[in-house]
Amino acid sequence: MIELLYWQGCPSHPEAKALLEQVLAELGRDDEIVLTEVTSDAEAERLRFPGSPTIRIDGLDIDAMGANGRPSLTCRIYHLPDGRVSPVPSREQLEVALG
Amino acid sequence: MSIKLGTEAPPFELLGVDGADHALDDFRDAKLLALVQYCNHCPYVLAWEDRLMALTRDYAGRDLRIVAVNSNDVARYPEDSFERMQERDRELDFPFDYLFDESQALARALGAEHTPEVFLFDEARRLRYHGAIDDSRDDKAVTRRYLHEAIEALLAGAEPPVAETEAVGCSVKWK
Repeated sequence: MIELLYWQGCPSHPEAKALLEQVLAELGRDDEIVLTEVTSDAEAERLRFPGSPTIRIDGLDIDAMGANGRPSLTCRIYHLPDGRVSPVPSREQLEVALG
Repeated sequence: MSIKLGTEAPPFELLGVDGADHALDDFRDAKLLALVQYCNHCPYVLAWEDRLMALTRDYAGRDLRIVAVNSNDVARYPEDSFERMQERDRELDFPFDYLFDESQALARALGAEHTPEVFLFDEARRLRYHGAIDDSRDDKAVTRRYLHEAIEALLAGAEPPVAETEAVGCSVKWK
Protein backbone atom coordinates (compact mmCIF):
# COMPACT_ATOMS: atom_id res chain seq x y z
CA MET A 1 0.00 0.00 0.00
CA ILE A 2 1.22 3.48 -0.84
CA GLU A 3 0.26 6.17 1.64
CA LEU A 4 0.76 9.90 1.33
CA LEU A 5 0.18 11.76 4.57
CA TYR A 6 -0.04 15.53 4.36
CA TRP A 7 -0.83 18.67 6.28
CA GLN A 8 -2.82 21.35 4.47
CA GLY A 9 -0.65 24.09 6.02
CA CYS A 10 2.29 23.08 3.87
CA PRO A 11 2.02 23.67 0.10
CA SER A 12 4.27 20.80 -1.01
CA HIS A 13 1.92 17.81 -1.08
CA PRO A 14 0.35 18.38 -4.52
CA GLU A 15 3.84 18.45 -6.04
CA ALA A 16 4.85 15.34 -4.10
CA LYS A 17 1.70 13.52 -5.20
CA ALA A 18 2.25 14.47 -8.84
CA LEU A 19 5.87 13.27 -8.69
CA LEU A 20 4.81 10.04 -7.02
CA GLU A 21 2.17 9.44 -9.70
CA GLN A 22 4.73 10.15 -12.41
CA VAL A 23 7.26 7.71 -11.00
CA LEU A 24 4.58 5.05 -10.55
CA ALA A 25 3.49 5.50 -14.17
CA GLU A 26 7.07 5.28 -15.41
CA LEU A 27 7.45 2.03 -13.48
CA GLY A 28 4.25 0.74 -15.09
CA ARG A 29 2.45 0.53 -11.77
CA ASP A 30 -1.13 1.49 -11.09
CA ASP A 31 -1.11 1.38 -7.29
CA GLU A 32 -3.67 3.50 -5.55
CA ILE A 33 -2.25 6.31 -3.43
CA VAL A 34 -4.05 6.49 -0.11
CA LEU A 35 -4.22 10.12 0.99
CA THR A 36 -4.45 10.98 4.67
CA GLU A 37 -4.81 14.55 5.86
CA VAL A 38 -3.26 15.21 9.26
CA THR A 39 -5.08 18.02 11.00
CA SER A 40 -3.90 18.19 14.63
CA ASP A 41 -0.85 17.71 16.83
CA ALA A 42 -2.58 14.75 18.46
CA GLU A 43 -3.14 13.15 15.07
CA ALA A 44 0.46 13.85 14.07
CA GLU A 45 1.55 12.07 17.25
CA ARG A 46 -0.76 9.12 16.70
CA LEU A 47 0.29 8.68 13.06
CA ARG A 48 4.01 9.33 13.81
CA PHE A 49 3.84 12.10 11.23
CA PRO A 50 7.18 13.95 11.06
CA GLY A 51 5.98 16.50 8.54
CA SER A 52 4.27 17.04 5.22
CA PRO A 53 4.50 15.23 2.91
CA THR A 54 5.25 11.79 4.35
CA ILE A 55 5.17 8.86 1.96
CA ARG A 56 5.05 5.27 3.18
CA ILE A 57 5.19 2.12 1.10
CA ASP A 58 3.78 -0.89 2.89
CA GLY A 59 4.24 1.04 6.11
CA LEU A 60 7.88 1.95 5.48
CA ASP A 61 8.84 5.60 5.16
CA ILE A 62 10.64 6.36 1.89
CA ASP A 63 13.13 8.50 3.84
CA ALA A 64 14.30 6.47 6.81
CA MET A 65 16.47 9.33 8.04
CA GLY A 66 13.58 11.74 8.41
CA ALA A 67 11.03 9.16 9.54
CA ASN A 68 11.87 9.50 13.22
CA GLY A 69 11.55 13.27 13.33
CA ARG A 70 9.39 14.79 16.06
CA PRO A 71 5.69 14.36 15.12
CA SER A 72 4.54 17.81 14.09
CA LEU A 73 2.33 19.83 11.76
CA THR A 74 5.17 21.18 9.68
CA CYS A 75 6.77 21.00 6.26
CA ARG A 76 9.16 18.09 6.06
CA ILE A 77 12.77 18.48 5.01
CA TYR A 78 14.16 16.24 2.26
CA HIS A 79 17.64 16.25 0.77
CA LEU A 80 18.24 15.95 -2.96
CA PRO A 81 21.08 13.71 -4.23
CA ASP A 82 23.29 16.81 -4.63
CA GLY A 83 22.71 17.78 -1.00
CA ARG A 84 20.28 20.62 -1.59
CA VAL A 85 17.26 20.90 0.70
CA SER A 86 13.82 20.34 -0.74
CA PRO A 87 10.27 20.24 0.65
CA VAL A 88 9.53 17.18 -1.53
CA PRO A 89 11.45 13.92 -1.93
CA SER A 90 13.63 13.45 -4.98
CA ARG A 91 12.61 11.36 -7.94
CA GLU A 92 15.58 9.09 -7.18
CA GLN A 93 14.36 8.55 -3.61
CA LEU A 94 10.93 7.51 -4.88
CA GLU A 95 12.39 5.24 -7.55
CA VAL A 96 14.56 3.43 -5.00
CA ALA A 97 11.66 3.08 -2.58
CA LEU A 98 9.34 1.74 -5.27
CA GLY A 99 11.92 -0.36 -7.07
CA MET B 1 -3.65 39.66 5.04
CA SER B 2 -0.37 41.32 4.13
CA ILE B 3 0.07 45.09 4.18
CA LYS B 4 -0.49 46.89 0.91
CA LEU B 5 2.20 48.41 -1.28
CA GLY B 6 2.95 51.94 -0.11
CA THR B 7 2.28 51.12 3.55
CA GLU B 8 4.81 52.44 6.04
CA ALA B 9 7.06 49.92 7.80
CA PRO B 10 5.74 49.07 11.26
CA PRO B 11 8.03 50.04 14.15
CA PHE B 12 9.79 47.22 15.99
CA GLU B 13 12.45 46.55 18.55
CA LEU B 14 13.60 42.95 18.53
CA LEU B 15 16.39 40.85 19.95
CA GLY B 16 18.99 39.79 17.39
CA VAL B 17 21.20 36.72 17.34
CA ASP B 18 24.05 39.07 18.29
CA GLY B 19 22.35 39.56 21.67
CA ALA B 20 21.47 43.21 20.98
CA ASP B 21 18.09 44.83 20.44
CA HIS B 22 17.47 46.18 16.95
CA ALA B 23 14.85 48.80 16.15
CA LEU B 24 13.47 49.99 12.84
CA ASP B 25 15.23 53.31 13.28
CA ASP B 26 18.61 51.58 13.71
CA PHE B 27 18.56 50.85 9.97
CA ARG B 28 17.91 54.48 8.98
CA ASP B 29 21.30 54.80 7.23
CA ALA B 30 20.33 52.24 4.60
CA LYS B 31 18.31 53.51 1.67
CA LEU B 32 16.46 50.21 1.37
CA LEU B 33 15.35 47.82 4.09
CA ALA B 34 14.22 44.27 3.37
CA LEU B 35 12.41 42.44 6.16
CA VAL B 36 12.30 38.74 5.37
CA GLN B 37 9.94 36.54 7.35
CA TYR B 38 12.18 33.63 8.24
CA CYS B 39 12.70 30.65 10.55
CA ASN B 40 15.08 27.79 11.24
CA HIS B 41 13.20 24.67 10.25
CA CYS B 42 11.24 25.33 7.05
CA PRO B 43 12.54 23.50 3.95
CA TYR B 44 11.51 26.43 1.76
CA VAL B 45 13.60 28.79 3.88
CA LEU B 46 16.50 26.36 3.72
CA ALA B 47 16.13 25.95 -0.05
CA TRP B 48 16.39 29.74 -0.51
CA GLU B 49 18.94 30.34 2.22
CA ASP B 50 22.12 30.25 0.10
CA ARG B 51 20.56 32.68 -2.37
CA LEU B 52 19.49 35.11 0.34
CA MET B 53 22.97 34.96 1.86
CA ALA B 54 24.59 35.52 -1.54
CA LEU B 55 22.29 38.44 -2.31
CA THR B 56 23.06 40.00 1.06
CA ARG B 57 26.79 39.66 0.45
CA ASP B 58 26.41 41.10 -3.08
CA TYR B 59 24.92 44.27 -1.58
CA ALA B 60 27.27 44.58 1.39
CA GLY B 61 28.38 48.19 1.72
CA ARG B 62 25.62 49.38 -0.56
CA ASP B 63 22.39 51.09 0.44
CA LEU B 64 20.53 47.99 1.56
CA ARG B 65 20.01 46.12 4.82
CA ILE B 66 18.46 42.69 4.85
CA VAL B 67 16.87 41.64 8.12
CA ALA B 68 15.51 38.13 8.65
CA VAL B 69 12.76 37.85 11.27
CA ASN B 70 11.66 34.67 12.98
CA SER B 71 8.16 34.99 14.47
CA ASN B 72 7.24 31.33 14.82
CA ASP B 73 5.67 29.88 17.96
CA VAL B 74 8.60 28.17 19.67
CA ALA B 75 6.40 26.31 22.15
CA ARG B 76 5.01 24.17 19.34
CA TYR B 77 8.08 24.46 17.11
CA PRO B 78 11.11 24.33 19.44
CA GLU B 79 13.48 24.06 16.46
CA ASP B 80 12.67 27.75 15.87
CA SER B 81 13.89 28.82 19.31
CA PHE B 82 16.14 31.82 19.79
CA GLU B 83 18.96 29.52 20.94
CA ARG B 84 18.68 27.55 17.71
CA MET B 85 18.68 30.83 15.76
CA GLN B 86 21.98 31.69 17.42
CA GLU B 87 23.36 28.21 16.71
CA ARG B 88 22.46 28.51 13.04
CA ASP B 89 24.06 31.94 12.88
CA ARG B 90 27.26 30.53 14.39
CA GLU B 91 27.19 27.59 11.96
CA LEU B 92 26.48 29.64 8.82
CA ASP B 93 27.71 33.13 9.71
CA PHE B 94 24.59 34.82 8.35
CA PRO B 95 25.51 38.02 6.52
CA PHE B 96 22.06 39.43 7.34
CA ASP B 97 20.63 40.43 10.70
CA TYR B 98 18.48 37.73 12.26
CA LEU B 99 15.88 38.93 14.77
CA PHE B 100 13.45 37.12 17.07
CA ASP B 101 9.87 38.39 17.00
CA GLU B 102 8.80 36.43 20.07
CA SER B 103 5.50 38.29 20.54
CA GLN B 104 4.73 37.91 16.82
CA ALA B 105 3.80 41.60 16.81
CA LEU B 106 5.93 42.41 13.75
CA ALA B 107 4.60 39.45 11.75
CA ARG B 108 1.07 40.52 12.61
CA ALA B 109 1.77 44.14 11.71
CA LEU B 110 3.19 43.07 8.35
CA GLY B 111 0.43 40.56 7.78
CA ALA B 112 3.10 37.99 7.06
CA GLU B 113 1.84 34.58 6.07
CA HIS B 114 4.80 32.55 4.89
CA THR B 115 8.47 31.80 5.36
CA PRO B 116 10.31 33.06 3.44
CA GLU B 117 8.35 36.22 2.57
CA VAL B 118 9.98 39.51 1.60
CA PHE B 119 8.86 43.04 2.51
CA LEU B 120 11.15 45.58 0.79
CA PHE B 121 10.86 49.19 1.98
CA ASP B 122 12.25 52.29 0.29
CA GLU B 123 14.04 55.28 1.80
CA ALA B 124 10.77 56.64 3.22
CA ARG B 125 10.17 53.12 4.56
CA ARG B 126 7.19 52.59 2.32
CA LEU B 127 6.57 49.04 1.05
CA ARG B 128 7.72 48.80 -2.57
CA TYR B 129 8.10 45.06 -3.14
CA HIS B 130 6.37 42.17 -1.40
CA GLY B 131 6.57 38.44 -2.02
CA ALA B 132 9.07 35.84 -3.09
CA ILE B 133 12.84 36.14 -3.35
CA ASP B 134 12.69 34.76 -6.89
CA ASP B 135 10.45 32.57 -9.00
CA SER B 136 11.60 29.09 -8.00
CA ARG B 137 12.71 27.35 -4.84
CA ASP B 138 14.94 25.27 -7.15
CA ASP B 139 17.93 27.50 -7.74
CA LYS B 140 18.58 25.81 -11.09
CA ALA B 141 15.13 26.76 -12.37
CA VAL B 142 15.13 30.46 -11.50
CA THR B 143 14.20 32.78 -14.36
CA ARG B 144 13.22 35.93 -12.43
CA ARG B 145 15.09 37.34 -9.44
CA TYR B 146 12.25 39.48 -8.13
CA LEU B 147 13.97 40.84 -5.02
CA HIS B 148 17.21 41.59 -6.85
CA GLU B 149 15.28 43.30 -9.66
CA ALA B 150 13.30 45.40 -7.19
CA ILE B 151 16.45 46.43 -5.30
CA GLU B 152 18.25 47.41 -8.50
CA ALA B 153 15.26 49.42 -9.71
CA LEU B 154 14.79 51.27 -6.43
CA LEU B 155 18.51 52.03 -6.08
CA ALA B 156 18.36 53.49 -9.60
CA GLY B 157 15.32 55.58 -8.69
CA ALA B 158 12.93 53.48 -10.78
CA GLU B 159 9.87 51.38 -10.04
CA PRO B 160 10.35 47.66 -9.31
CA PRO B 161 9.50 45.78 -12.51
CA VAL B 162 7.34 43.43 -10.45
CA ALA B 163 6.04 44.86 -7.18
CA GLU B 164 4.15 41.90 -5.80
CA THR B 165 4.46 38.14 -6.14
CA GLU B 166 3.18 35.12 -4.27
CA ALA B 167 5.48 34.00 -1.48
CA VAL B 168 5.50 30.22 -1.57
CA GLY B 169 6.67 28.57 1.61
CA CYS B 170 5.78 27.32 5.05
CA SER B 171 3.08 29.07 7.01
CA VAL B 172 3.99 31.42 9.84
CA LYS B 173 3.42 29.36 12.99
CA TRP B 174 1.02 31.46 15.08
CA LYS B 175 0.57 31.03 18.81
